[in-house]
Amino acid sequence: MSASTLPTVVASVAQGTGSGFDPVLPGLILLLPLLGFALNGALALVSGSRSATALREGREEAGHDSGGRPLTHTLPTWIGPGVMLAAFLLTLVNFVGMLGVELVEPVIRSYWTWMATGALSIEAAIQLDQLSLIMMMVITGVGFLIHVFSVGYMKEDPGYPRYFAYLNLFVFFMLILVMGANFPMMFVGWEGVGLCSYLLIGFWFRDREKADAGKKAFIVNRVGDFGLLVAMFILFAVFGTLDYQGIFEAAPDTLVYGGATVTAVTLFLLLGAAGKSAQVPLYVWLPDAMAGPTPVSALIHAATMVTAGVYLVARSSVLFAMAPVGAAAVATVGAVTALFAATIALKQYDIKKVLAYSTVSQLGFMFMGVGVGAYAAGVFHLMTHAFFKALLFLGAGAVIHSMHHALHATHKDWDAQDMRNMGGLRRFMPATWITMWVATLAIAGIWPFAGFFSKDEIIWYVGTSAPASVLYTVLWGMAIATALLTAFYMTRMMVMTFHGPNRTGADEAKHLHEAPPNMTIPLGILAVLSVFGGWINVPGSVRESFFGGFGFLPMSDWLDRWLEPLTATAYQIRVDQLGAYASTSPVGGGHVLWGAIATGLALAVVIIGARAVASREIRPAVESPEPTGFGKVLHDKWYVDELYDRIIVRPIQALSRACWRWIDQVIIDGTVNAVGSVARGFGWFGSLVQTGQMNTYAFILTLGALVILGVLIL
Amino acid sequence: MLAEALVLSAILFVIGTLGVLVRRNAIIMFLCIELQLNAVNLSFVALARYLGIEGQLYVFFVMTVAAAEAAVGLAIIISIFRHYESVNVENFNLLKW
Repeated sequence: MSASTLPTVVASVAQGTGSGFDPVLPGLILLLPLLGFALNGALALVSGSRSATALREGREEAGHDSGGRPLTHTLPTWIGPGVMLAAFLLTLVNFVGMLGVELVEPVIRSYWTWMATGALSIEAAIQLDQLSLIMMMVITGVGFLIHVFSVGYMKEDPGYPRYFAYLNLFVFFMLILVMGANFPMMFVGWEGVGLCSYLLIGFWFRDREKADAGKKAFIVNRVGDFGLLVAMFILFAVFGTLDYQGIFEAAPDTLVYGGATVTAVTLFLLLGAAGKSAQVPLYVWLPDAMAGPTPVSALIHAATMVTAGVYLVARSSVLFAMAPVGAAAVATVGAVTALFAATIALKQYDIKKVLAYSTVSQLGFMFMGVGVGAYAAGVFHLMTHAFFKALLFLGAGAVIHSMHHALHATHKDWDAQDMRNMGGLRRFMPATWITMWVATLAIAGIWPFAGFFSKDEIIWYVGTSAPASVLYTVLWGMAIATALLTAFYMTRMMVMTFHGPNRTGADEAKHLHEAPPNMTIPLGILAVLSVFGGWINVPGSVRESFFGGFGFLPMSDWLDRWLEPLTATAYQIRVDQLGAYASTSPVGGGHVLWGAIATGLALAVVIIGARAVASREIRPAVESPEPTGFGKVLHDKWYVDELYDRIIVRPIQALSRACWRWIDQVIIDGTVNAVGSVARGFGWFGSLVQTGQMNTYAFILTLGALVILGVLIL
Repeated sequence: MLAEALVLSAILFVIGTLGVLVRRNAIIMFLCIELQLNAVNLSFVALARYLGIEGQLYVFFVMTVAAAEAAVGLAIIISIFRHYESVNVENFNLLKW
């Protein structure tokens, strides 16, 4: 930062103190992960060149032996989680600081002018408000736990420092995404997390399939980014600024309710959000993204990055409130995605694929929430989902880790992620078993676990959002069906993995083991959060009925009230235009009754599902018959990948090939080559004069001299 | 007097030029070039009488250059001869595309 920008900072500091909340070193929260990236990246370069030398000299790759790890492997262990812990503590300090004050206006820190051309002026500014702080808490908190877990999970990998460099860089960009005070800043984070996602999906890039999965994620996201960019262009054309504050304050007066402009903006924003948050029709990259290391799936493809779309919609709540068509599209996309992905998850055998489709499905829930105007509920589910889905992924990581070791020890060529090869793992890894059951009950929506409160709040708002509307009644039915499917496929996954007889094999089972403490402790913390995380937003009425007025829960509707400064405008517009939310569900019954019904149904599904799955005989993957009938359709994911391959990928490839073969090779290259050939022809003709005979040259020289002489004389 | 001198010079020059053009022996061609130079020298000297002393000065320059050229040219011819055992320029046709 140069001296000339100092006054801006000083001015904004003065502005910050004026609002009663003085953020503590917000820039440092961003810089810490960046520092971690720089240090780990430098170590990665050193270790990379060293292992390249080792490969050249035909030695085993350094770092794959358990003893005597080089410094490039011990340092990231401390740097990676260390910067995350520091960033989390700083965020916590800011969060606690904000708790005490009624903050109406966000605190904006502007560091320097990033772009200033004509009417466009973009500041490199960060914004601290209730929404960004909640997101930062989740990112740094869950991120820290996943970093700690990674130390155990990745310690034998030769790319260990590179892994932590990418992970730190991801956190940096994710923080930019949620802290940016304008759309371009968010876009930097948006693209940055996409890059890190690509790098981490293709982390084991020597495997062709994994590198392809990374490319797929990147390319599918481009489609969404196009939408986000177009939305930004329209916003700039209308408002002349891209700052959140400028746009959202002017929006209610500048835009026409339900007008074409705001509808277009919201639909393009939805396209962007659907790309990043893996919604129909752009969800196809997320299941493939499971090719990355499992903690990456937990951090990027479950807890943080994929929720960016939800954050975007919640952030732009004013715009979506003014565009009923756009909001309904968000809710519909969410409901379709939720149900669709849940059906696929029913017949997956890869433990990570089940969780991947579950994530897509849960993201659909969040979209439903923010689509019907329940922004706080969407963010609430985002938060609780970060807890229990990160826990599920990390638990799956521990299972895969153990399975990998067992299969590796006996050199058995089986898939370490296939649930048909597992079974009965609870005897070997009890801590993982218990914590994952906690997360399963949470995601299934069983009281009093976190998922119950957040998911049921969304379902409730979907059902009550527009009285007597067929669309929302249908969406409500889909949401309930999805919730029950969720309870079933998660139970199926747990039973297949942890219960029944072990199918790994007698020799292999001896090598199954519980994960080390640095992996189980994050699981434990996340399990606690998965239980209690939902209690911050217990609806007042439910709190009295379910908790019997327990005095130790002073936090009813806390998150709703916390986010109120950001959602109040949107809520007011919505209520003015569409009327208030109904007090009963589409088929009658209030808050408390439906909460009880939901828990009862989910619990019944879990119990019956567990019995049904346990009673069936499961064989290891190699002996299992191929699924048939409708089950095969679900197992093959409704053939969406194949469909996209036919209608998009292949036509584009054919078109590209045509452009290459005809336009490029024939027309463009042909023209260039023709010009060259003509010049060469002339050259060949001229070269005939050059005989190599000295007398010829002398003769031509004399002749020339005579001609010139003749011309001069005559 | 001048006319005769210039005619003789022209005759010598044409002989030299034709010699260069038609002969194939490198030594003969070389001598023909010397003949051309000396034809020019003759006309210089002849004209100097009417146009000033500078023409005679040029003759010295030409003779000096001719001597240098003779030294270099004979050296080249000798080395070519050592290589090909011949001084027939028809054999030396590598100087082309």
